[in-house]
Amino acid sequence: MQSEVIIAGFGGQGVLLVGHLIAYAGMLEGKEVTWLPSYGPEIRGGTCNCTVVVSDRRIGSPSIPHPAAVIVMNRPSLDKFEPAVAPGGSLIVNSSLTDRLPSRADLRTFLLPASGMAQELGSSRVANLILLGAYLAATGVVSFPGVMAALEGILPSDKHPLLPLNRRALEAGIEFVNGAGRAG
Amino acid sequence: MKPLDEMVERGQARKVYSRPRALHSTRTHYCPGCGHGVIHRMLCEVIDELGIQETTIGVSPVGCAVFAFNYINVDFTDALHGRAPAVATGIKRSHPDKVVFTYQGDGDLAAIGLGEIVHAASRGEKITTLFVNNANYGMTGGQMAPTTLPGQRTTTSPHGRDPEVCGYPLRMAELLATIEGVNFLTREALDIPARVISAKKAIKTAFAEQLAGKGFNLVEILSPCASGWGMTPLKAREWLREKMIPQFPLGRFK
Amino acid sequence: MTHTKRLIKGNEAIAMAAIEAGCRKYFAYPITPQNEIPEYMAEHMPEVGGTFLQAESELAAINMVYGAAAAGERAMTSTSGPGYSLMLEGLSGIAAAEVPVVLAQVMRGGPGIGSLETAQLDYFSATKGGGHGGYRNLVLAASSVQELFDLTQLAFHLADRYRILVMLLVDGILGQIMEPLELRPLPESELPELPPKIWALTGMGKRGRQNVLSTMLMREGQVMEWHQRAAEKYRQIEEREVRLATHLWEDARIGIVAFGMMARVAETAIELCREEGVPVGLLRPITLFPFCSDFIRQSTAHIRRFLVAEVNLGQMVEDVRLAVEGRRPVDFVGRPTLPPPSMVVESIQKIWRELKDGETEER
Repeated sequence: MQSEVIIAGFGGQGVLLVGHLIAYAGMLEGKEVTWLPSYGPEIRGGTCNCTVVVSDRRIGSPSIPHPAAVIVMNRPSLDKFEPAVAPGGSLIVNSSLTDRLPSRADLRTFLLPASGMAQELGSSRVANLILLGAYLAATGVVSFPGVMAALEGILPSDKHPLLPLNRRALEAGIEFVNGAGRAG
Repeated sequence: MKPLDEMVERGQARKVYSRPRALHSTRTHYCPGCGHGVIHRMLCEVIDELGIQETTIGVSPVGCAVFAFNYINVDFTDALHGRAPAVATGIKRSHPDKVVFTYQGDGDLAAIGLGEIVHAASRGEKITTLFVNNANYGMTGGQMAPTTLPGQRTTTSPHGRDPEVCGYPLRMAELLATIEGVNFLTREALDIPARVISAKKAIKTAFAEQLAGKGFNLVEILSPCASGWGMTPLKAREWLREKMIPQFPLGRFK
Repeated sequence: MTHTKRLIKGNEAIAMAAIEAGCRKYFAYPITPQNEIPEYMAEHMPEVGGTFLQAESELAAINMVYGAAAAGERAMTSTSGPGYSLMLEGLSGIAAAEVPVVLAQVMRGGPGIGSLETAQLDYFSATKGGGHGGYRNLVLAASSVQELFDLTQLAFHLADRYRILVMLLVDGILGQIMEPLELRPLPESELPELPPKIWALTGMGKRGRQNVLSTMLMREGQVMEWHQRAAEKYRQIEEREVRLATHLWEDARIGIVAFGMMARVAETAIELCREEGVPVGLLRPITLFPFCSDFIRQSTAHIRRFLVAEVNLGQMVEDVRLAVEGRRPVDFVGRPTLPPPSMVVESIQKIWRELKDGETEER
């Protein structure tokens, strides 16, 4: 079983961190993982993305044209990556920063006003983790405890006081998706 | 013991001149009237006087002095054209306790290797560079160098160097003097014995400074190239004094 | 001893492995996509008493490496295509003086300034020497971050053993990805003992005789001597150091040959085709020079058709054709930016159809 996700947004939104957390959690859970950032001049334009593959087996190419899931944090990323999602895949969107709705009908689409939700939690910086929480709930590729362990492993110790806020952000994303599921 | 040494031992003769220990007993490939032999000898005298033959590592250039290791008896490598300061950097950073020097001509140092010398100087590398300026490419047959004088005829400036076409001579000592990393910097000449003696002193200082842990140290030496200039050895020394020194003023720059 | 895994970038793995292998002198000039190597070295070389120096150009960097290696140190540099081209004069000099050096070349698109896309366009330049004078480099190609870590350590051993430049030819994408890495040291004590560096420039000391390393071969007959010695060295390397990996090769009738990241793309394609019952397998050369020619020739016994897959328009395919010696057809699939598995699958399917049609005709 192999699962791929592309995370895309503006530089500074924590795009690479979300990918890092998924890969790290996968590694902690004994999976094969790769994390591939966009690099070079394309990162200077203000948008960035990364591709993460989590698999039970050795991973072939880490470059995935049609991933099983995409997390987009802004409008340009939605435009670029919505068409890329594999048929029947998941599309997780920060609707606070996208002024259009996704157009594909064959996807499992999750629209989260993540920036607004983050502000309610006390910091707009955790919008990325809310979206990550949604991804965990929508796909189950890695577990919530795995991501929390990854956060502890990745964040430098002086940032560890932020762990409770990060936990709340992840939980908010998970609850949003699960709640939507119940409502639907 | 050789007979002469025995006579010295017995007080029947006085030793006024001998080959430095660091200089191999061999014939050089240099042309008559060339300055390299004189500089090699002075360098070897300095190595003897400072007692550093066993701790010195030399880097020779591409140029007439490429075979310097055949004459100077210390550990040696040649460097690709212009790269001697980079090679010396690698050696010195590996053996900070050893004495490392480059020996470079004006084509090597001022043309193709300008970047390497400027940056070695700016880093204040704890090395010593002997820069032999003879205003042309000697090894390849007397072509125009960055140091060739305006109007000077060479095989690639057959009608004389025209600054309108190929620019002006590069004054390396003046250029390097602006760099903070430079510790000791002087320009010498080999036209008359007094200046040869001064050059030897400068070389010794440039090595002593390195031994004291200081760098970057460079001695530029205006040196005759009778073959390249198409002159007799004596005439070459006169030309050096009359033409080169006005273009490249002597003295200590740092 | 247990080694826990860490999530590490390919470029960082190179730097970590170099320090692990005792490299204490690193000189380089920044160039994408390998900047994590100098950045890691800048941070960590001082911790082990080593030297990191940012050179003013790749020209200077490779010559600083030459100096440090000539002085007897384990020394390395890293670069990408344009910087590699600048270094070629230095590589030729390193070969001439027979100084052991490790160079990581993290490939990008070219020619010229080119692009930063991952590519395998420098296979020819790496494996055939690159610079002037007819020298060869020993070239290693990893396909995962872990293998990059392991091979980088091995590179220092091989460089010292053969007094040769060992190049890690790295796909740009491999330098950039993070994968789990186990920090396992190379069991160098289990490898052949290395000759002492009696030739190193250390100052004469009590040796009583000067050591000279020279890139000049001016003495009459010296060019001949150098090449005879080099030919013998390359022969030994070809005899002892060929490294390769295979996947589903023994029962395969279509044999894919691919190195580095392309081998992983090919592996995905092979698994898809195996599900359809196509007997296809993978040969992944790990040493690109020495090349696994003998293994390929022997494989012609059961491999009916070869398919070489590269991130270029056909370079290693020439070496495969030479190895096959015309006994089997050799096809090519590739493009100068990483192809998707589907592109390889199509080629495999086409070859499989032809192979089956041919067998029908034979019957």
